[in-house]
Amino acid sequence: MKQKSDPARRETLKKVLARIGRYKGAVLVSLLMAAAVVALTLYVPVLTGEAVDRIIGKDNVDFEALLRILLKIGVAVVLTAALQWGMSILNNRITYRTVRDLRKDAFQKIETLPLAYLDVHATGELTSRVIADVDQFADGLLIGFTQLFTGVLTILGTLGFMLAVNPVITLVVVVITPVSLLVASFIAKRTYEMFRLRSQTRGAQTALIDEMIAGQNVVQAFGREKKTMEQFDAINSDLKRYSLRAIFFSSITNPSTRFVNSLVYAGVAITGALIAATGGAGAITVGQLTMFLSYANQYTKPFNEISGVVTELQNALACAARIFDLIEQPSETPDALDAEELHSVRGSVEIHDVCFSYRPEQRLIEHLNLQANPGQRIAIVGPTGCGKTTIINLLMRFYDVTSGRISVDGVPIRKATRKSLRTGYGMVLQETWLRSGTIRENITMGRPDATDEEVIAAAKASHAHSFIQRLPNGYDTYISEDGGSLSQGQKQLLCIARVMLCLPPMLILDEATSSIDTRTELRVQEAFARLMEGRTSFVVAHRLSTIRTADCILVMRDGHIIEQGRHEELLEKGGFYAMLYNSQYAGIGA
Amino acid sequence: MKRLLSYLSSYRKECILGPLFKLLEATFELFVPLVIASIIDRGIGTGDTAHIWRMGALLIGLAVIGLVSAITAQYFAAKAATGFAASLKKAVFGHLQSLSFSARDRLGTSTMITRLTSDVDQVQSGVNLTLRLFLRSPFIVFGAMVMAFFVDPKAAWIFVVAIPLLSIVVFGIILWTMPLYRKAQAGLDGVTGTFRENLNGVRVIRAFRKEADEQARFDAQNDALTRLNEFVGKISAAMNPVTYLILNAALIVLLQTGAVRVSIGSLSQGEVVALVNYLSQILVELIKLANLIISMTKAFACADRIAAVLELAPGMESGTELPSEPNDALVSFENVSMAYEDAGGEALFGISFAAARGETVGVIGPTGCGKSTLVQLIPRFYDATKGSVRVDGVDVKAYDLEALRKRIGIVPQKAQLFLGTIRENLLWGNEEATEEELWNALTVAQAKEFVASRAGGLDAPVEQNGRNFSGGQRQRLTIARALVRKPDILILDDSASALDLATDAALRKALRESQESPLVFIVSQRAASLMQADRIIVLEDGRAVGIGTHAELLNTCPLYREIYDSQFPKEAV
Repeated sequence: MKQKSDPARRETLKKVLARIGRYKGAVLVSLLMAAAVVALTLYVPVLTGEAVDRIIGKDNVDFEALLRILLKIGVAVVLTAALQWGMSILNNRITYRTVRDLRKDAFQKIETLPLAYLDVHATGELTSRVIADVDQFADGLLIGFTQLFTGVLTILGTLGFMLAVNPVITLVVVVITPVSLLVASFIAKRTYEMFRLRSQTRGAQTALIDEMIAGQNVVQAFGREKKTMEQFDAINSDLKRYSLRAIFFSSITNPSTRFVNSLVYAGVAITGALIAATGGAGAITVGQLTMFLSYANQYTKPFNEISGVVTELQNALACAARIFDLIEQPSETPDALDAEELHSVRGSVEIHDVCFSYRPEQRLIEHLNLQANPGQRIAIVGPTGCGKTTIINLLMRFYDVTSGRISVDGVPIRKATRKSLRTGYGMVLQETWLRSGTIRENITMGRPDATDEEVIAAAKASHAHSFIQRLPNGYDTYISEDGGSLSQGQKQLLCIARVMLCLPPMLILDEATSSIDTRTELRVQEAFARLMEGRTSFVVAHRLSTIRTADCILVMRDGHIIEQGRHEELLEKGGFYAMLYNSQYAGIGA
Repeated sequence: MKRLLSYLSSYRKECILGPLFKLLEATFELFVPLVIASIIDRGIGTGDTAHIWRMGALLIGLAVIGLVSAITAQYFAAKAATGFAASLKKAVFGHLQSLSFSARDRLGTSTMITRLTSDVDQVQSGVNLTLRLFLRSPFIVFGAMVMAFFVDPKAAWIFVVAIPLLSIVVFGIILWTMPLYRKAQAGLDGVTGTFRENLNGVRVIRAFRKEADEQARFDAQNDALTRLNEFVGKISAAMNPVTYLILNAALIVLLQTGAVRVSIGSLSQGEVVALVNYLSQILVELIKLANLIISMTKAFACADRIAAVLELAPGMESGTELPSEPNDALVSFENVSMAYEDAGGEALFGISFAAARGETVGVIGPTGCGKSTLVQLIPRFYDATKGSVRVDGVDVKAYDLEALRKRIGIVPQKAQLFLGTIRENLLWGNEEATEEELWNALTVAQAKEFVASRAGGLDAPVEQNGRNFSGGQRQRLTIARALVRKPDILILDDSASALDLATDAALRKALRESQESPLVFIVSQRAASLMQADRIIVLEDGRAVGIGTHAELLNTCPLYREIYDSQFPKEAV
């Protein structure tokens, strides 16, 4: 707020205001209510003072006037309470709905963002923007609403009421009060370094804890318990020292500002009493003195709050900037207006002179040509991390090729709708992903209208039926996102069943590496084989048995396709593939 | 809870002095309205300006004493709270170090980390707040009431009615909303879950064209959360207006009653003002108290969880024996069965074999068949439930645990490195290892090349969890770390899974040719990795369905044959 020079921040502020602007009516009413509440709350001490002035001494009480004042207080109080509640409800509504809108937009964005964006942004980081940042933004917004506006009004209103009664006492209040702000900011500046040290040490400690707890087995296996404890102790006592300083010095703020407040109070009491005691023309009444005292008690509060609110708002703006950055990312280029719907695909895939790279400066796939006829099997092989999934990304159009074209049944996929292209493929990835829901919901993901018989048939064909039956609730067993108690192999079988139910004309399969046990893997392989019958398949292959029967093998290394051909051809060539193949048997000859 | 309080006992002095100074501060605060009354009645009433100055000075004096007491109290509270948290953290961390593998399995990694970090932090701030406010707030509330009685017993009855009413509203609303807030938190967790799920499954969701369905699902959750939040907000927003209403109703009654009492001469104008001031002190403190109770509830919940961790028995006692002389069978299993705690069946059943120095033992079988369990019994990570595991003829349960583990180099499935340098990580194996020994270990582990090519070589930094190394590199470094020990027994628990086949083969070759000839256990899913072993143990559902050499097993063990065939198509052999 202070740094008006920062155009980015102003831009964010504008966007925030535009968002809140959707609830213009509510905001306006809320502001009006706030003004009324402040005026009324400030009026009550005035009335109380007037009441006190009617109670002067023995046989000197004006009961009639007192009753009228008390009635006024009653009305003011009831009004204040009602307005205050209404205002809070409105503020809550504005905040929570803005939060809802933001999250909704963010989610919508997630569903349409290009994978190029999602692949380079960590899940945790994006989630924290949409959850933590939005929440923090909401808090800032709510506090800004309730405290900043009312705070400023309260300060102005109090000043007005005080000036109307007596300028001298007002001067005492106005001069001493800012001292509290100075004290607070002085302490905050001094403690900043301590807090920095503390969070730094705390970070180091958390890192150590994370590492040692996660690696505890190793710690014990190598008998490092004592060493680890020493390491922990050293950080722990540092942290204790820094924490004590940080907590203590920051907790001085409260008593100090209270002290300044007491000084204001004493100042008002002395000057007020002296002025009242003169009894002359400019004198104030006892009732007016009580009013001043009650103002003095509360006057510093909005100041302290506002100084907190400013940091809170700056923080909220920073959060908002991160959220807008996500929401305003460009979505995937939409399908062309004249995009074709692919119908009854036969499964002929042609890759023509395709070049692709994730980053312009790093060339990856260059001039790749491949013709896969309906029913053919293409194996993609290479060491881990060589970019085999890149091919999947291009076929499914998760990424667009840099140049060249990929066609399905003669239609360039850029000219087909993504929806119809993806319907043509069945995909089983090595990283099995199941959605939290029942087993049935997971299998019917591609065909929600499938009958029970069809679901069971698909599960049987994928060798998943037998283990599903053994689950507590069979097909209605609820599983969480990570698949809960299901083994990796079982999860993979479920993913196969999911595709088996749709029976698309083309397949993309990603064979699992070592972590599946042999028995289940045999099942997976059988299921894969059944799935592939008569379908054009692209298989990221780890098993030589899959590779040897392929119609074409793409050998990849460091993101490049370095060899291409049938098993025998490649062996004869004696290149990288031959080396890879032979290394599998390295043990036999030795 | 009592257990945790014992960590506070070394801060007894601070725990008493902190609240005491807080009470001192509160006491002085309670005098202020009386001083004001005196200013009004005597100073203004009789025009005694000297009295006004005196009383004004007294106000400032009270403020100074209040400031000093408050700061002293904050210091003691902060000291007790941070000291307590540090000792507690140390105790919990130390305790976790002593836990056996099974006890830790029960807890889970993330639980242990939460207990040590955010739970202890919560307890720390709970202790701090409690020491500062728990006595002060009730003291002011009741103090104000007592002072009111002191001023005028008749008018004080208004306090007796107002205080419980205010308390009911404040605490009632908090009690009502607390579970609702928890529910809202659960709703938020749901929204978070769906969001994260969609990020993780973005490829599948797009492949199955489920974008619209997912959006609908998210919107429903999001809307429900918003409605719940608005509802809770409505209730808690009622707190301020309602208390304001009650307080001012009390004020009206007070002014009316006061007027009557003043009129008959049993109360002065200044005393009425004093009573009004006492009334306004109450509300602030009640709200503080209510918030304190929320934090305390949270802190108590955390404290309970921490106490539960501290109460876990370590679960394993070290033996004292050492073998008198080397035995022919360096490692022997005698009819060993093992069941994990809380598991229905046995993970291992009736395993018997013996292996000598210099031999290589392979362990193979489907996932979950007990391969890792078997090798983890040797360094006594877990105890056999039946039978005995012996090293040099001594049952590992009787073996001095530290000495036993010193003889064993284990390379776990998960390649875990620690923040520091490569050298520091390798020295875990043996603090005294020489430069040459380190390089030898790296050479055998096929890690020499990439370590040598890093800037800094052995002193190249290792980031947390070794994340600046690839999976394969990490694995090779953990193998080197185990080799630095020059162990009598080397256990490779599926530790070549991230290596490509060529490196795996080179590693095994180097191991065979190395000078030290430890007894090597190789756990693997790949038949190729353990075909040359002197003995292969084939496990299925915790039973050894075959023990023998590769050639023997091909003929006698159908499961081994099946595994082998799936990995080596027949015609290729």
